[in-house]
Amino acid sequence: MNNLIKGEKYDWEMVIGLEIHAQVKSNSKLFSSSSTKFGSSPNSQVSLVDAAMPGMLPVINKYCVEQAVKTGIGLNAKINNYSVFDRKNYFYADLPQGYQISQYKYPIVGEGKVTIDFKDGTSKDIRIVRLHLEQDAGKSLHDQNPSKTYVDLNRSGVALMEIVSEPDIRTPDEAGMYISKIRSILMYLDTCDGNMQEGSLRADVNISVRKPGDEYGTRCEIKNLNSIKFIKQAINYEAKRQIEILESGGSIEQNTMLFNTSTGKTRPMRNKEEAHDYRYFPDPDLLPLEISKEEIGKIKSSIPELPDELKNKFIETYKLSNYDASVLTAEKQTSDYFNETINSDPELKNHAKIVVNWITSELFSLLNKNNQDLNNSPVSPENLGQLIKLISTNEISGKIAKDVLEDMFSSGKTARQIVDEKGLQQVTDQGEIAKVIDEVIAENPKMVEQYLAGKDKLLGFFVGQAMKLTKGKANPKMLNDILKQKLNKKN
Amino acid sequence: MKIDKNTINKIARLSRIKLDDKESEDYIKDLNSILDWVEQLNEVNTENVEPLSNISSSILPKREDVSKDTNSSEEILENAPDKLEGFFAVPKVVE
Repeated sequence: MNNLIKGEKYDWEMVIGLEIHAQVKSNSKLFSSSSTKFGSSPNSQVSLVDAAMPGMLPVINKYCVEQAVKTGIGLNAKINNYSVFDRKNYFYADLPQGYQISQYKYPIVGEGKVTIDFKDGTSKDIRIVRLHLEQDAGKSLHDQNPSKTYVDLNRSGVALMEIVSEPDIRTPDEAGMYISKIRSILMYLDTCDGNMQEGSLRADVNISVRKPGDEYGTRCEIKNLNSIKFIKQAINYEAKRQIEILESGGSIEQNTMLFNTSTGKTRPMRNKEEAHDYRYFPDPDLLPLEISKEEIGKIKSSIPELPDELKNKFIETYKLSNYDASVLTAEKQTSDYFNETINSDPELKNHAKIVVNWITSELFSLLNKNNQDLNNSPVSPENLGQLIKLISTNEISGKIAKDVLEDMFSSGKTARQIVDEKGLQQVTDQGEIAKVIDEVIAENPKMVEQYLAGKDKLLGFFVGQAMKLTKGKANPKMLNDILKQKLNKKN
Repeated sequence: MKIDKNTINKIARLSRIKLDDKESEDYIKDLNSILDWVEQLNEVNTENVEPLSNISSSILPKREDVSKDTNSSEEILENAPDKLEGFFAVPKVVE
């Protein structure tokens, strides 16, 4: 695969690594009992610990630790029996402590890897460097007042898992696929709700460019991207910016960048003089975190089937392609829906590919169009199964089935009801189809002449006319066969 | 390790503390004598000795994941020099 991008003078390769911040799905914060609920009124979920009142001490949330371990196992990573919480020191208005409790030298999870699958059937491993636990900061609102910044500390202290990848990513698409895969694993594990819009999952992107085969170039870090679309846009823009500088003889300054979502551009965030010096040191308020083999084993045994396992199972059981299976398993709700659909009728197991298509193209596009989610799809898996069975038994044509699905979607009726009410059963009676074809042939003598003179494309016209007369209900294959037969007889 | 004027200025800036020249000189002296005192530890051979993180051999206490309704906003904002509609209001931080 050619992953190079063209500059004015040379071809360039992007080198990309991601730091993903995933909020742990928990009831209370990492070191305090305040609620983690999203969207509550400002500063209503702030304990004295979160507000960093003097003398307050952090007490770690056992569940958050377990979720981090669970996630580590899901990332095929090494779980560290011993890890340490450090203070990362900096001043910012949304960080009352003046430091963030994080993990530096000894993270809870070490090296791992995840696999991304391409459309052409190939796949690639992206290595994970580490996962560590840390506190989220509060939220600052900069645009409400010309001279003030407003601060809400509700998010302050919520547990975050920071997942750091090796710079194994080479294209914006790979970056998108990587974060989708991480999101998928987190959601199967139920350790993070994966909601990028609410900021439960966001990423910092490290990017540099080089000529193929060269050493890594100097990188820039783009902070705090909260959608896959923005991640791709930011990478594209930043790579182009760096290439322009390098090709005009300049050099890249290592910098932290912000991405402006309305202009699609990146710009440096902090100037060099204020380059951060975080002065990490072990937090004296917290003892090292030790996890026994038994505890890890117990968590391991609670892990559900993950997307990759499920994917392989689908490939094996239903002979699906790697890509189809990875699309089905990308989100748990999709694989659940597929399972329920295909198990709703024993017949359907032999038509798995059709089931996949009806879910991932027809149903998905209807859901998209109506801004709805598979979780509350108006068409239940059983009803979709029934529709597909009507297709596979030739009772209705695929084309009519699309209309039926739309009807099911809006009316909530079953496929059977709609087909019966509207009389949509396919016409499979030879005589009836032949009669219609005779009619079409008789009405269009000129066209017949042209067809016989070699204008083969006109076959489509005759099919169309005959379909019109049968209101689309003629079995397409039979229609085609009989039509050809009859026309050729004229010859 | 010696603390000089540059280091003291850097530490002061990182701590958001403003020092005049006299204060800087005083802190350079103080911090150097503290460092000298701690330096004595270098006389001990610590090769092959694991760093001690815990003298009490107690383990990190953990809590269950139970959220307590704090409904804190009034209390939390009580010390804020400036506030508006439940938010802390601070001088504009522009990135």
